[in-house]
Amino acid sequence: MRSELTRRTFLTTAAAFGAAGAASTQFPQDLGAPRSGYGERSPYEKSVRYFRDSPTPGTGASRTPLQDLYGIITPSALHFERHHAGVPQIDPRQHELLIHGLVERPLVFSMKDLQRFPSVSQIYFIECAGNSGGEQAGQPGADPQRSHGLLSCSEWSGVPLKILLAEAGLKEKATWLVAEGADASRLARSFPLSKALEDVLVAYGQNGEALRPEQGYPLRLVVPGWEGNVNIKWLGRIQVVDQPYMTRDEAASYTDLMPDGKARWFTFEMEAKSVITRPAGGQVLDGPGFYEITGLAWSGRGTITRVEVSTDEGKTWAEAQLNSLVLPKAVARFSFPWRWDGGETSLQSRCIDNTGYIQPTRADLIAVRGVRAGPDGFNHYNGIKAWYVHRDGKVSHE
Amino acid sequence: MNRRIMALSVLLISVTFLSVAQTPRYNIGKPAIAEEIRKRETSVAPDGTGLPVGSGNVEEGRHIYKVLCASCHGDKGQGVGEYPALAGGQHTLKSKDPILTVGSYWPYATTVWDYTRRAMPYQRPGTLTRNETYAVTAFILFMNGIVDQKMELNEKNLPKVKMPNREGFVSDPRPDVPVGTKN
Repeated sequence: MRSELTRRTFLTTAAAFGAAGAASTQFPQDLGAPRSGYGERSPYEKSVRYFRDSPTPGTGASRTPLQDLYGIITPSALHFERHHAGVPQIDPRQHELLIHGLVERPLVFSMKDLQRFPSVSQIYFIECAGNSGGEQAGQPGADPQRSHGLLSCSEWSGVPLKILLAEAGLKEKATWLVAEGADASRLARSFPLSKALEDVLVAYGQNGEALRPEQGYPLRLVVPGWEGNVNIKWLGRIQVVDQPYMTRDEAASYTDLMPDGKARWFTFEMEAKSVITRPAGGQVLDGPGFYEITGLAWSGRGTITRVEVSTDEGKTWAEAQLNSLVLPKAVARFSFPWRWDGGETSLQSRCIDNTGYIQPTRADLIAVRGVRAGPDGFNHYNGIKAWYVHRDGKVSHE
Repeated sequence: MNRRIMALSVLLISVTFLSVAQTPRYNIGKPAIAEEIRKRETSVAPDGTGLPVGSGNVEEGRHIYKVLCASCHGDKGQGVGEYPALAGGQHTLKSKDPILTVGSYWPYATTVWDYTRRAMPYQRPGTLTRNETYAVTAFILFMNGIVDQKMELNEKNLPKVKMPNREGFVSDPRPDVPVGTKN
């Protein structure tokens, strides 16, 4: 819907410019706007995050408008949000990271301290565990934002956590970490030390500038490929421990209830998933002819190696082109040339990662995992998403 | 406990201990003093590690719950609107419409204490005292029939409370979905 509006706005604008051009010259003759300290996008660009009003505005999510994005980087202002007690306003001069527990030397780092350490910048996606959970529930999202918008991808800059842990000196019994945010609810999660020593970042930068407040300013964990909730924002404390601490978000929420009544926990990795973002639900095709099909694919286990697209309701599949940087635990953009004959059909994508894992259909997935909602709906769903093209050019989710 | 992750942890740790020097390499950051750590060390493990000394009973908890919790979670813990139920639902996990509450789902009583202390009440999280937190935890467990009306919880007996769904969780078996059987 939004894309249609955006495109229409663009066409109207172009037409207006054309008309003005015909009356005078094709160049504007009034002086343009002056310089500015911090740039804004064009007033014609209206794409925004989507969220529903709720009685507790500080708790909940907002969704990235995937259908309006190009490339693989999510603009920081459009990165999806998920907060449990609102966005704290933190003065970086007051903020400190405490590392303690099973370490030789408990340490406190100021933001200035952290910026003295060797740093890295890496592109990683962050995806909420609950992203596309409505699809598992049988309530498919009407457009890419509503179906898959709890996914974003940024360049994150910061210090590898293993450097800070080495500075504190790990004791032999250390096997897990508890990370805690400085939000009002002091959201906390446990995760295995092995992941911290592999690729976890203590990040202060996002897409070339400081983190946005909604993304954890001034400091957050980036836990590549793992469910969003463990990527603790407003990071204030890391405790080195010898067991998972069973916080609410790992021992109740973010768990997956199976048909036999047992629930899975510590299902950290987000499995390979893809979604077509154009043409997709809410958009309208301008009659038969050529269209580029484009979308995103990503895997929390590694690198996307292949994306396939079907334009005939899943009967045949053909390889799409990966036409972006293709990086581990980052989104990759795919494209596929398509000529619409004006008939009804569906468009689908499926991806394969470098572990050989193939994105499953919803039917395959629910045959194993069922359709029993967990304490916060459905988590870790990654089934194939179909968009339906109708004869009038409308594309919808059903 | 996730055995696969544990095995991986142990393997990686034994490898990385060789590379993680035991002397600081950069000498950046200042030593954390014991008093500061004590103030900020709020996490509680299922074995009770981290629980502060204190106590609170069901009747004290009933009063606090009525004032601070019932407007969202219901006077009997049944939940109100979008706010979750805290009680009930035992034996529904295999049914078509499972009701997931502290009593039917949460595997550890320490989680109730830890979450209540850090994140509740919603509008003013972190304002309950230790003793109030023990009391509210006792009342929530009482509403679920897990402890009796005379129960007084403290740092010693809370970790020993056996939750009904303690054995209800399994480690990550993924990849678990065979592909290509159904469209």
